[in-house]
Order: sequence, then C-alpha cells, then structure tokens
Amino acid sequence: MFKILDDVSRRDALRTIGASAALTASGTGVLTLDAAQHVHQEAASQKASGPYKPKALNAQEYRSLRRLAEMIIPPDAKSKGAIEAGAPEYIDLLCANNGELKEIYTGGLGWLDREMKKRYGALFADAKPEQQTAMLDLIAYRKNDSPALAPGIRFFTWARNMVVDAFYTSKTGFDDLGFMGNGAMAEFKVPQEAMDYALKRSGL
Amino acid sequence: MSQIQPRAQVHDIVVIGSGAGGGTAVKVLTDLGFKVTLLEAGPQLNPMKDFKEHVTPYQVPHRGAGAAAEIYFGKQQWGYFAAPNGFWEIEGEPYTVAPGNKFRWFRSRIVGGRTNHYGRISLRFSDYDFKPYSTDGLGTDWPVTYDEIAPYYDKAEGFIGVTGTHEGIRSAPDGNFLPPIPPRVHEVLIKKACDKLKIPVIPSRMAMLTKSIHGRAACHYCGQCGRGCQTASAFSSSQAMVFPAMKTGRLTVIPNAMARELITGDDGKVNAVSYIDKLTRTEKTIRCRAVVVAASACESARLLLNSKSPRFSNGLANSSGQVGRNLTDTVGYGLSGHIPALEGLPKYNSDGIAGMHMYIPWWLWDKKNKDFARGYHVELGGGFNMPGVGSFHGAAGRHEGYGAGLKSSIRAEYGTGVGLSGRGEMIPNEHTFCEIDPHVVDQWGIPVLRFHWRWSEHEINQAKHMHKTFVEIIETMGGTVTGLRNPEREDGGISVGGTIIHEAGTVRMGADPKTSALNRFSQAHEVSNLFVADAASFVSNPDKNVTLSIVAFAWRMSEYMADEMRKGNV
Repeated sequence: MFKILDDVSRRDALRTIGASAALTASGTGVLTLDAAQHVHQEAASQKASGPYKPKALNAQEYRSLRRLAEMIIPPDAKSKGAIEAGAPEYIDLLCANNGELKEIYTGGLGWLDREMKKRYGALFADAKPEQQTAMLDLIAYRKNDSPALAPGIRFFTWARNMVVDAFYTSKTGFDDLGFMGNGAMAEFKVPQEAMDYALKRSGL
Repeated sequence: MSQIQPRAQVHDIVVIGSGAGGGTAVKVLTDLGFKVTLLEAGPQLNPMKDFKEHVTPYQVPHRGAGAAAEIYFGKQQWGYFAAPNGFWEIEGEPYTVAPGNKFRWFRSRIVGGRTNHYGRISLRFSDYDFKPYSTDGLGTDWPVTYDEIAPYYDKAEGFIGVTGTHEGIRSAPDGNFLPPIPPRVHEVLIKKACDKLKIPVIPSRMAMLTKSIHGRAACHYCGQCGRGCQTASAFSSSQAMVFPAMKTGRLTVIPNAMARELITGDDGKVNAVSYIDKLTRTEKTIRCRAVVVAASACESARLLLNSKSPRFSNGLANSSGQVGRNLTDTVGYGLSGHIPALEGLPKYNSDGIAGMHMYIPWWLWDKKNKDFARGYHVELGGGFNMPGVGSFHGAAGRHEGYGAGLKSSIRAEYGTGVGLSGRGEMIPNEHTFCEIDPHVVDQWGIPVLRFHWRWSEHEINQAKHMHKTFVEIIETMGGTVTGLRNPEREDGGISVGGTIIHEAGTVRMGADPKTSALNRFSQAHEVSNLFVADAASFVSNPDKNVTLSIVAFAWRMSEYMADEMRKGNV
C-alpha cells in the first residue's frame, strides 16, 4: 500500500521530482510513487545538544514546569512522557517570543509556588509527590473553582493544553497514537479488517 | 488622481486578483490569444518553498504554533503550516466592523489567493438555485439559467478536476467527474445511520486529482491539501492556471501590486489602473483597453467604491447603489460526536484527500413545511488525523485531570470522533453589506471597508435544523454529542459572518441596471470595458460553496469578453 523510503532514495526522489512538481516538465506529469516520496522530508533533525538552557523562565520556574509536564503526561508502558517529548522546551521557547504567554507562566508558576509554601512549606518542585498530587487534584478540575483557586485552575488549563500539544506533536506522541499518515500512497484504500470491525460494533 | 505617463504602454487586459476568478480569466484570455497583465496584492508563490504539506509538527521547534505562539492567541487559526500570506488579519491593512456587528474577513495576499489552501469542495448550483425569488419569493432571480451555465461547469470541472459520481439528485447536479475516492470507516458508519434516517450520503465532489490530468500529477493522498499541494494534485489557480499562462508568453504578473483605483477617461471607460507597488510604497499606473476585477467579492466592491470621479460620484459602475450591498456568507453550524463503535478500531492511514470523501447533499428541497427558506449540505469529518497544536484541547477540557488517566483517555479516543458541519444558504438582507469607512485608510492610504452583518430568522432557524439533524445522526450511530465545531460562533452556535469564507453578492449581476451593477455576462452595465470575475457578481449564495461557480462564471465571462473585444464592442 505504501512504503517508506530510506534516506538515500528520498534524496533521489527529491531530485526526480523537482521539475515535475513545479509543472515545468514536459510529458505526462505523472509522478511515480517513489518520486512522490519526497513528501517525506528528512526525519526530525537529530540534534545532539547539551541540556536545554531556558530562554524565558528562570531556573526555579523551569524546574516547576518540568515537574508539571511530567505529571500531566507521564511515561507509561506504551510510551515515554512529556519531558522526553520536549514539552518544557516547547513552552519556554514560546514564552521567550510572546510576552503575554510568558506572563501566564511566570504568574501561574509563581502562584503555584506560593500556594505550596502556604500549604506545605515547600516550593512545588521541592514538595513531596503526594503534596504535588494533592495540589493538582485541586487545580486540574473546574468543579473546584473558587476565588482562592481560580488563578491556579486557569493556569493549569494553559499548562495542560500546551503539555498535551507538545507531547502529541512529537514523534513519541505520533507513535503513541499510532498515526500512520502524511505519507505518499499510490491509491487510497481502507483495510477491510477496519471496516468490518466498526460495522460489527456499530450494529448498523 | 495620479499622472499617466503619456507614452506608456497600453496593456490589452489588466486582471486584478489571481484567485479562482482572476486565475480563470488569465487562463482563458491568454488561451484566446490576448495579452494579459495580472496584478496581485501579495508576493509571487513558490510552491516548493511556500507549501509545507509534508512537514510534521516535530520538525519545527514551535510545532506549528507559530514562532510567537500565535495559534494560542487566535491569530493563526489554521496554523503555521497552512499560512498562505494573509489570514484573518493583515498588518497595515485593517477593516472595520460596525458597532454591535460581528464579521471576520479572510484575505490571502499571494499569487493564487485563497485557492492555494481552500477546501476544494466543488458543487454545482442547482437549476432552482438560479430562481430563488420564483421559488420562495425571497431574494432575486439570476439573469442566467442552469442550462446556460452548465457547459461552463463542464469546462470548469474538466479543467480543475473534480471527483464524483452520477447520482441524479436535483439539489446536486451531476457533472464531468473524475473517479470518486473510497469512503473512510467513519463515513460508512455515517452513511449507514443516514440510510435509516432517509438522508442521502454520496461520494464527495472535490477538486483533487484521483487521476492525472493536464500535466498535473495524480494525488498521493497525504491528506494535507489545506496546506497547499506541491504536486498541484489539489487544484489551485496559481499552479493550474497562472503558471501555465505565464509560459504562453502572453501573461505578465506584477506581484505586490495593491490596486487603488480604476481611472476612467472622458468616454466613461476605464483607461488605466492605479496601484501601489508595495515593495517601494510608490503609486504606479498602467494603461489598459479593458479590466477584469477579481480581487475577491468584498475587495472588488472596495475598489469600485474607491474609484470615484465626477462622472461616477457614487463609485464606479454603481449608479444602482448596489455595490457593497447583498453581501452574504455561508451559514455554518457544526457538531462533533464520540462514536463508541470506533473505539479500538484497527489503525489505518485515513488521510486520503483532505476533507470529506462522502457528503450529504441537501435533501429537503421539495419539502414546504420548514421554518426557513433554502437549504444546506453537510460536510463529514473524522478519522485518524495528524496530531497538531490544539488537536486535543477538546479532549483535555472534557476529561480534565492529568497523568496516566488523561494519557490513556486521549489514546483510546483518538479517531473515535466524527464531525458534521452544515453549510447553508444565506438570503441577502438590507442589514448586511460593506461600505467605505469614511474615517480609516490602510497603510497604503486606501480607504478601508466597514462591514455590517445580521443573520435573519431564516439562517438562525436553518442552524437549529442542522443541530436537530446532527444530533439524530450521531445518536443513530450510537454516539454522543461532544461539542460545537465552529471556532467562531454567535449565541446559539451559528457561525460568525465571514468565517466560512464564502463572501458573495457585492457587485451583483442582473437584467435591470437600476437594481444591479453587472449584466448577465458580468460586464458592468455602465462601463463596457469593466468586468468582474469573482463571487461579487453572484445574485445568491446557494449552499454549494462558491469556487466551482466562480470558475464557471469567470470562464463564460472571459469568452464573452474576448468576443466583444474582437468585435470592437468593448
């Protein structure tokens, strides 16, 4: 149905395709499947880099963010978690380029630390796991909304959305979901097995 | 008024705008031997560089959120990957909305305009769509019949390439189709449910190539048509019309040229176009024998309204006062549903062509007992879509919490959702129009548009009918409704005007010059060498989306224009 080319043949495909894709070639203009595989751009660059240096958040804030990310999407039996998927870097990078977003995070993380200090005498990142969990159990649900918790609930919604974004837009997240697309196929076909499965379950 | 160089070259035809209408005019007129100069307000397009259809989010550090997190602040609703040079807001080129009204205006400043990334749903208007007033006493009949335009639908479909099947349904006239594309699993379930409800579900009609035509490659089914298609397998006017026309040697493209005014001579004809060269911020003027305005419905109206002279004190071709009036967009309303039958579905590559492989054409056109006029079609969504920024905000908000539970919920739910999006006809009304804002100019000094918008009871009730229908379909599938789909909506869930991006009607055609600006060939009643090739000319805005009809009408207009120019009538 479709195949992934190795990097060498991708480069060949890229050379073959240029003219045709730009509609400058004579002839039929029909692309071979191999040529269409230029669509697979090089896999994410394997950047070998040292530990990430936060650009927007300070060291304390970044430590809290990492712990939050880890708690929102942890590793499990099927896949790694949000830290491995680059969520803290993603959020810090965007904060560095957007002052409004940075305020949401510095404000939210500041609120979180102050709240943890009040309750447990420790910053969020230094608190015991059960204390961190107790805090998130409050701010991760709208039903707990109250003047005292509103800033935390609002902030956690941002953090949860962005950690989820970072995780599922990573290669790890793609694999976790089993996404198979954005490739090149010679024809579009639905496996009969899938069709039968859903029809049977639906009773339609 | 600007100076015209006395010995400047006189261009045969100047076309303003390079989207579906301008692209078609350029193609047909150059094919017929005319020399054409195309003004485009944005830059030239380089598909290999500008289209990002195969980039995955993890190949860019911001994952598609935009370098400054734009997507989180409502500034790039379609995301970084689809960015075509434009969108809802263009820096330095504002528009205004009357107090208490809501309207959004999507503009794309680049060669090919909005065709580079549009949905490519390609539906013919039906015979009754050309006779709205005769049918229900509302709106105005067209000066054109289905039979007159049908040969141009044939040409348009044959050229741009449209998938489909012959169904014999009056609301969805059959056409000149490429092979259809097989349905996805969720689409088959929707069809089975709709069979029970006696609602038709048929193969979609989309401008993507299921086989190679006119030197354009067949689709490779990556599912990212909305980002632009490097192989031009998804139709765009840039790749299928403008670039080939450039190769004829008869087309000159002037990018970054923002048309400011059409200049008329003593004979009352347009003899030059004044435009701003955006790169140098200087005003330039080119002389012409005839002009085709195809800047998009509202932009075309703006240009005419800004082209005032003692002879045309109300704006050019606007003695009727209809320019800017009769503005419509499509009615949008959508629901998402969770379908338990899709839980645990074996994973497969469901990309295909972007958007629906099956759709619901309007099925109640002959039923009288409705509390709204006209109708809608339904677009189907679902499948194992490529994850992007925002894909799981809905799930995160529904499940709340965090940790292993959230992660396994998202995993289990992936691919189990369906979407039903109603796209219905709005009837022009006196409260909905655009005009020149007397107080505001853009960064080029050009007065901007001010929009007025009001839905009538017909549209509001139609949206309610959509709601009821979609709940029925989702529940018949054994599913539950999970939420509204339109990102921008008014109370009750109907889309904000303009957000379905099907503006039409602002320079309408008609038999009577007192109530219309253009004749039945889209030629201005008052200015014989002025033609309009976009949806501004439309008398109504049926539930069929506008682009295929823009191509058909622009094609017909161009042939007529060529004929008249050869006869010396222009």
